[in-house]
Amino acid sequence: MIDLKKLTIKKAHEDLKSGKYTAVDLTKAYLENIEKKDGDIHAYLEVYEDCLERAKVVDRRIKNGEMTALMGIPLSIKDNILFEGHIASASSKILENYRATYDATIITKLKAEGAVIIGRTNMDEFAMGGSTENSAFGPTKNPHDLSRVPGGSSGGAAASVASEMALGAIGTDTGGSVRQPASFCGVVALKPTYGAISRYGLMAMGSSLDQVGPIAKTVTDVEILFRALQGPDKYDATTISYVVNDLPEKTKLRIGIPREFLKTEGIDSEVLKNFEEALQKFRLLGYEIKDVEMPNLPYALSAYYILMPAEVSSNLARFDGIKYGLHKDGQNVVEDYFLSRRAGFGQEVRRRILLGTYVLSAGYYDSYYNKAVALRELITTEYKNAFEEVDIIVTPTSPIPAFKLGEKSNNPLEMYLADIFTVPVNIAGVPGLSIPSGFKEMDGKKLPLGIQLVSAHQKEEILFRAGKDFLEEN
Amino acid sequence: MICFMIEVKDIKKLAELSRLQMTETEMADFAEEFDSILNYVAQVKNVVGELGERTAGELRNVMRGDDKPNVRGAKTEVLTQEFPTREGNYLKVKKIL
Repeated sequence: MIDLKKLTIKKAHEDLKSGKYTAVDLTKAYLENIEKKDGDIHAYLEVYEDCLERAKVVDRRIKNGEMTALMGIPLSIKDNILFEGHIASASSKILENYRATYDATIITKLKAEGAVIIGRTNMDEFAMGGSTENSAFGPTKNPHDLSRVPGGSSGGAAASVASEMALGAIGTDTGGSVRQPASFCGVVALKPTYGAISRYGLMAMGSSLDQVGPIAKTVTDVEILFRALQGPDKYDATTISYVVNDLPEKTKLRIGIPREFLKTEGIDSEVLKNFEEALQKFRLLGYEIKDVEMPNLPYALSAYYILMPAEVSSNLARFDGIKYGLHKDGQNVVEDYFLSRRAGFGQEVRRRILLGTYVLSAGYYDSYYNKAVALRELITTEYKNAFEEVDIIVTPTSPIPAFKLGEKSNNPLEMYLADIFTVPVNIAGVPGLSIPSGFKEMDGKKLPLGIQLVSAHQKEEILFRAGKDFLEEN
Repeated sequence: MICFMIEVKDIKKLAELSRLQMTETEMADFAEEFDSILNYVAQVKNVVGELGERTAGELRNVMRGDDKPNVRGAKTEVLTQEFPTREGNYLKVKKIL
């Protein structure tokens, strides 16, 4: 019997290498756990029937002397990533029966590494949401309290890792979609530098913001996943080439706190208390801590809810029911569009398409879109200046712990405000890492809390070091 | 604070532009929500410091050769299988004119 509770990617790798168990054994252990738990949690939309077959192939590769850091490791993928021959629906009715016609570059990489992709995880439709309640196929529940949301949009991904239904998960992050669910579920997630990981074969939401992000139990595991996925891709012109080195052992790191930003209304007092305790821990670890001035961070959310819907309205124009996906018949082609999109898109998707159309319309373009673009530059400069004084900027990941299912579904603005700390990171394109920092007790349940570490562009090694120090890994 | 008044007829226009069929009730609900969302995002006008002219940032073109295409016909079947309606290897759509 493999003890999944304590298992990490790193440990499983050693076990597979020494032949303690096989990739098939490990995959079976996860499948059994999914069988046991996923009825309640609903992290998966589909567990791939062929995953054991693929684990067998991996075992043959291992027997032939091949080995990589991810060989034989069972991973889940978010439902907006194309895996050839398998359904990829983005949790939307409009793609319910859509079968991917090619592999995303990250899938090609995972296949080469020999990872065992066991299934596709639930998400907010087209990654729009922060609770996974916007899935057309029912919400995912938080493994720590089934009456609460797991966060989103990569809620299924985070829940699959938190409940030992996968050793790691690949999600995507446009405004906090791997970090916030990781924080709600008590696991680790990284939103890498914009351009670090190829998005070829990923369904676009906000193209100037989207990034692939790994989720796992430890910072070490997230780093392993990141290193396997990172790198330039000729099929994604936004990818960049850079090397993430290990930091020299004795590097002293400085942490900056945007104090004013933490005075934002609506932050849970326990979240703030936990945050201060986390800072104290960093102090004891020898980190220097000082305040930094970043006066425009509170406005990042406004810029985000202009830029992102604008990009959504353009990106989702392709779903017209003509060449693939759901099709509804009308009197003529134009009516086909109206009916197919009506039947295919859920409420939040429609809301964002309309918002985007509005902010891009001739009369309002200058007062919204152009202002948001200019503000984005200002925020990016603020980060650049801050990183001349400090190495890491730390905030809570989310202003609140996991909320109840249905609690915010009728108030879109309130749901958007939960992204306040994660969104600026996507706006500036810098990397952000969410790590567990404790719990808040509520209704007899322990709800995980998380803190977010942010570094300058292409400096993921700083986040890995600080995250490992904090979680006492190694 | 500027108060936006989004009316149902505005939502109707946007829905037409984005090819979305919506009921009157849905449009009324959206009109109400849009007021609160737009009033919130209008904060972009309250920024601290000078907003520069809109700049293109550090954008640059990334080109690659249009070469090494798929073998002709290699993907035809997988792609045509996704067509909602097909006739042989053709995508079947309604008459445009």
